Amino acid sequence: MNCDVCQENDATVYLTQIVKGKMQKVNLCEECAKQKGVTDPTGFALADALLGIDSDEKTNVSADTLKCESCGFSHAEFKKTGRFGCSQCYTVFGFGLESLVKAMHKGTLHLGKVPSRYQITKKYNDQITELKDRLRTAIEEENFEEAAKLRDEIKLAEADYIESNESELK
Amino acid sequence: MQFKTILKNPAEWMLSSGPHGEIVISSRVRLARNLRDISFPGWAVEEDRTEILNRVKPEIENLKEMNGAFSSDLSDLTAVKKQILVERHLISREQAAKAAGSAAIMNRKQTLCVMVNEEDHLRMQSIKAGLSLIDAYKMIDEVDTKLESNLDYAFDNQYGYLTACPTNLGTGMRASAMLHLPGLVLSEQINKVINAVNKIGLAVRGLYGEGTEALGNLFQVSNQHTLGEQENEIIARLEKVIRQIIEHEKNAREKLYNEKQTVLDDKIGRSYAILRYGHIISTKEALDLLSMLRAGVDLGYFSEDIRALIDVLFMEIQPAHLQVFADRKLGAEERDSLRAEIMRDRLKSLPEPSRFSSNKSNEQSSDGD
Repeated sequence: MNCDVCQENDATVYLTQIVKGKMQKVNLCEECAKQKGVTDPTGFALADALLGIDSDEKTNVSADTLKCESCGFSHAEFKKTGRFGCSQCYTVFGFGLESLVKAMHKGTLHLGKVPSRYQITKKYNDQITELKDRLRTAIEEENFEEAAKLRDEIKLAEADYIESNESELK
Repeated sequence: MQFKTILKNPAEWMLSSGPHGEIVISSRVRLARNLRDISFPGWAVEEDRTEILNRVKPEIENLKEMNGAFSSDLSDLTAVKKQILVERHLISREQAAKAAGSAAIMNRKQTLCVMVNEEDHLRMQSIKAGLSLIDAYKMIDEVDTKLESNLDYAFDNQYGYLTACPTNLGTGMRASAMLHLPGLVLSEQINKVINAVNKIGLAVRGLYGEGTEALGNLFQVSNQHTLGEQENEIIARLEKVIRQIIEHEKNAREKLYNEKQTVLDDKIGRSYAILRYGHIISTKEALDLLSMLRAGVDLGYFSEDIRALIDVLFMEIQPAHLQVFADRKLGAEERDSLRAEIMRDRLKSLPEPSRFSSNKSNEQSSDGD
């Protein structure tokens, strides 16, 4: 059996995980297993993400075959070069990207300059920043009731934010 | 503007001294930007790359800041000319190697340069003398704001400016300062400083950026993270660390000056002697010797007037500059000999280092062994 990642070497590491009552199986060669950190239990989520196995997908589906519709770039190519093919690739291969980005940067949310045609974004940015500030204060003051309320508000604002992002990209 | 003009004139930042100019040679801020609906340069087919260039280049050339600019497709430049631009920090090594559809546009003062189709569609940078990161950012930010009104940038509400490599996401900004740190190198504290700086999420690199050696005691300090922080926060953090490094460097120099007088006199004296009388000097040796001469200026061994000359020599003695000077391709041996010749000529009227001549000249004859 070939490795699900490189499709070249023989798979020697077999992973089985139950997610939301569904069984997922991943077969890896030793090298890819090490590279993905699947021998490290905390690294498994990232491996999962990189392989692109969504809990709704069938077993043995590999993201390597996934291609960006607008530029034809494949996920295998990304693993080889560490670079994407076009800006749409961030949406296509967005699954699992956040953990990768988190390891590279200070945060996963852009707080800097916004081009004028995207200014609507700024509204959300400011709103979320303010809520987070208030949340920090609430926690410091051990006002947990307020903190829980704020946390929900942040979640809501962030969901709004992502939604507006998606509609803007369309 | 023609290539000749670039050659004849050193960049503005080389001729002027900015804040903390005795330690900070220059400050640079680079922004990475991409168009939304077309492949990144590394993945784009030649046709797309040409289209990107056709869309982007006129916008850049029309900027007021680029009045009388030098603009050229990289494919129209010879290998030596491209290398000249690399030696001047106007384009990257990566871009010098790029094929069709790649271009560079730079202003007269060589303080502003936009690369088209490097790793991203647009890589624009500004360079200022001394520690001037905020000014450098303002300058490039204005250019960026003008360009965005006519170009549809790839931007995402979560990840900010989308770049070919996820390491540049967010602000797409890399701010860096070129530091001259002979004191920390001579007192062997430099590795400690580099490690400390790396730990707080900043990068220290050699003269020509990623993966290059630290020559002539020159180091580039830059931000590593581009996402999750505002531009001015990134710059403020970087500047704060640079100010600390400046303090360390000053202390190291003072200590050397007061406690290791003979060692320092010897280093500066020897550098002076080799530059004045040597006949074969490699690039690496030349940069190290010039570094000691520059330290000599800072510590009062030479007059302040020659600092700009030294900074220009740092550039002129590099391989491509030498070949343009000679107007032909030179082998390594020929370059080393021409390099020494230029040094002898340019420094021929430079008086001996003053502490060396005033304190040690009497002992000189008896010292020789």
